[in-house]
Amino acid sequence: MNNPGTSAALAKYLPRDFKSDLHPVWCPGCGDFGVVAALTRALAQLDRPAEEIAVVSGIGCSSRLPAYTSAYGFHGVHGRALPTAIGLKLARPDLEVIAVGGDGDGYSIGGNHFLHACRRNVDMLYLVMDNRVYGMTKGQPSPTTEADWECSMAPRGTGLAPFNPMVLALAAGANFVARGFTYDPNGLARLIVEAIRWPGFSFLEVLSPCPTFRPEQKDWKRLAHAGLQEGFGDVAQATAALFADDGFGTGVFYRGSRSPDLPAALPAATAGLSDIASQFQV
Amino acid sequence: MGLSSISIALSGSGGAGVMTAGAMLLEAAAHAGYYGLFSRLSGPQVRGGEAAALLRISTQPVETPADAYDILFAVDWGQFERFAAEIPLGKHSTVLCDPHQGAPPASIASDGAIVREVALAQLAKAIPGGRPNMVALGAISAIVGLPHDSLAAVVKHIIGRKGEPALAASTAAIDAGFSAAGTLGFERALSAPKVSQTRWMITGDEALGMGALEGGIRFLAGYPITPATELIEWLTPELPRLGGRMVQAEDELASINMALGASFGGVPSMTVTSGPGLSLMVESLGLAAAAEIPVLVIDVMRGGPSTGLPTKTEQGDLNLAIYGAHGDAPRLVLAPTSILDGLATARWAAQLAEALQTPAIVLGDQLTGQARIIVDQPVPGNGAGNMLSRLTAGPAEAGAYRRYALTESGVSPMAIPGTRGGQWIAEGLSHGERGTPSSAARDHVAQQDKRLRKLEGFDFGARWADVEGDGDTAVITWGSSTSPARDAIRRLGANRRRIRLIALRLIAPLRPQLLRAALAGVKKSVVIELNHSGQLFRYLRGLTDFDAEIASYARSGPLPLTAQEIENHLMQWSAA
Repeated sequence: MNNPGTSAALAKYLPRDFKSDLHPVWCPGCGDFGVVAALTRALAQLDRPAEEIAVVSGIGCSSRLPAYTSAYGFHGVHGRALPTAIGLKLARPDLEVIAVGGDGDGYSIGGNHFLHACRRNVDMLYLVMDNRVYGMTKGQPSPTTEADWECSMAPRGTGLAPFNPMVLALAAGANFVARGFTYDPNGLARLIVEAIRWPGFSFLEVLSPCPTFRPEQKDWKRLAHAGLQEGFGDVAQATAALFADDGFGTGVFYRGSRSPDLPAALPAATAGLSDIASQFQV
Repeated sequence: MGLSSISIALSGSGGAGVMTAGAMLLEAAAHAGYYGLFSRLSGPQVRGGEAAALLRISTQPVETPADAYDILFAVDWGQFERFAAEIPLGKHSTVLCDPHQGAPPASIASDGAIVREVALAQLAKAIPGGRPNMVALGAISAIVGLPHDSLAAVVKHIIGRKGEPALAASTAAIDAGFSAAGTLGFERALSAPKVSQTRWMITGDEALGMGALEGGIRFLAGYPITPATELIEWLTPELPRLGGRMVQAEDELASINMALGASFGGVPSMTVTSGPGLSLMVESLGLAAAAEIPVLVIDVMRGGPSTGLPTKTEQGDLNLAIYGAHGDAPRLVLAPTSILDGLATARWAAQLAEALQTPAIVLGDQLTGQARIIVDQPVPGNGAGNMLSRLTAGPAEAGAYRRYALTESGVSPMAIPGTRGGQWIAEGLSHGERGTPSSAARDHVAQQDKRLRKLEGFDFGARWADVEGDGDTAVITWGSSTSPARDAIRRLGANRRRIRLIALRLIAPLRPQLLRAALAGVKKSVVIELNHSGQLFRYLRGLTDFDAEIASYARSGPLPLTAQEIENHLMQWSAA
């Protein structure tokens, strides 16, 4: 256990309680294995049984993750993990809802939902495993791919500057913005726990290398470094820190105090069907 | 001896207030005990442009406009030519207009209608805060013989909200119009109404919305789109009153997926849209079919393709509703057989979606959705049948639950999140019984069979269609083509021409055996619909062996099918 002061013998739940018996389809060495490990460790600390947790995803390598947990899951269509998760959370505020996916799913085809999920600020975690490549379709550039990365679909690179999803999340109104690294599962698990517990929409960007199509990302082990831990409560300061960062600083950049726009709890019924139908009476 | 029915068009440029006047006229008629129908005609402009309130007031229930308007009351002539074709006038029609708004357009003169003048603007000007539309309302009410009391009650109800000065101004303007009508020497008074039971005044959209609520829907995600917005707006305050929730999504892709997420959570859910939105949603309709997530989709159709005719009607989305999605994605497609039937059809569709764990699409349209009708109050629960609901799974030992179990009915119990041991993954990938992704041919085929079986094997009972009459000629309709066809058949019946009506409520899955049985003894039948290619006709031909001749009468919108048009067609065609 990574939670100091708690021995495994005393813990109500163990990471393995949140792991399914399915073997991931991922390539050997995929960064996403570490995310499953960190996520199950984090879930064990929430003190909630697996049936009260739902993990929602779209399409892509990392979007296969829900099936590797023992929670309820929703493996929907490409790019739509966030609306699906938001619908679930709004209808069932009692559940712990976590959306997961990759950079293509979340920032490209699902980019509009990403902005609006941040703005909507529903109390949930969105965890993106960013490997700066489309893996499932065998190696095409995503919105976070470097401009000069060469591949069959962009033989001389895209020539397009990657965007910074964390800055976008801040601008759009996310209430918690952090970055983790899959090769640091303990640190990542701590970030996941905090992100889940933080009120409102929490965005957690996870550096998750793709050894198959981006073997050079092995270097991320060397490049990733502990960045901010305290973070800022001010969007401008957090944004400045992100612009100053080299893209490999891990930690919490922003802890906001925005309250969610929609009340968490469903309203209590105040009328019956016949009350509503009475408006039609002449 | 008064008239049994009168048709009135109030026209003016957008902002002239003809819709308000029309709505008030209908409400006054309801108050006085008449039946009636009010539909809206407007151009694409948000403000300005052309608008007309089309009314029919009657001593008998009415579902369709008359063949020609008895009275056209033009508050002004702004852009009138744009919709002159949609307001048919004849030699017996009277046009009332304000001499200060210029001469009537040429099309009016060519119809041969009689023109009479009412100085609306001048009369309104004499009253502080007075408006010509209210003068027109007073005048038309007097002409058709609505009691002044009914009018006063409605003015108080509708204008009273705006405060005392507005109420006083409107009342004075209406009274001025009421008096002015007396000097015209022209009246078209209705017979006294027969008031027997409580009446309802409801729009087609409201009927669909109320039906959805009665069917158990408690979550709505929607995105604004003409002409479906009114339905979303109607549901917005009502859902929280029932403990439910409405969310305005960022687009239709989000709407349908939010509804699927909420439904996965165990809450009966819906989205509301029009054609362009439904086009965007089809990928997720496939997901709902594959992952077996119930969802209700109401499509208030407008003219298509593409942006098409946002404010005008057409029945062009049937192909999309039945087939929209890659792969085979069985779903339910329903359409109401009258404006009020939106209530029963949406209620049934919501329950069928739940019971069969699949998407249900209800096809309404602009014409009937925005139309407001006065009807006898439906008997509560009448035709509701047994409440159908989702088959859920209880707690299970870890690893024992099979979400997509291959049951005989094809419906497998669904564990709702929170149920211990029921954890499953809603899966758009082909999967086995446990829901684990599988590309094995046997799993793919078995699950395809299961999903089709649950629809094909379900007993939908007698509500699949309204079958009326027993002639050896049959008319097959769906949605808003039904009411004018029913009217046409009634008229032909008065001339001893018996024609059978088969109005499909359940379009998919089609019940070919029941359709064949309903057509027993029929020598020829015609499928009537408002779309360019005859979408229902082609669909029926594809799935049913017809023993007798079957023909198509289909044309594009936005001009609604009329009873006269259908009557003429039936006369010609059945004689041929």
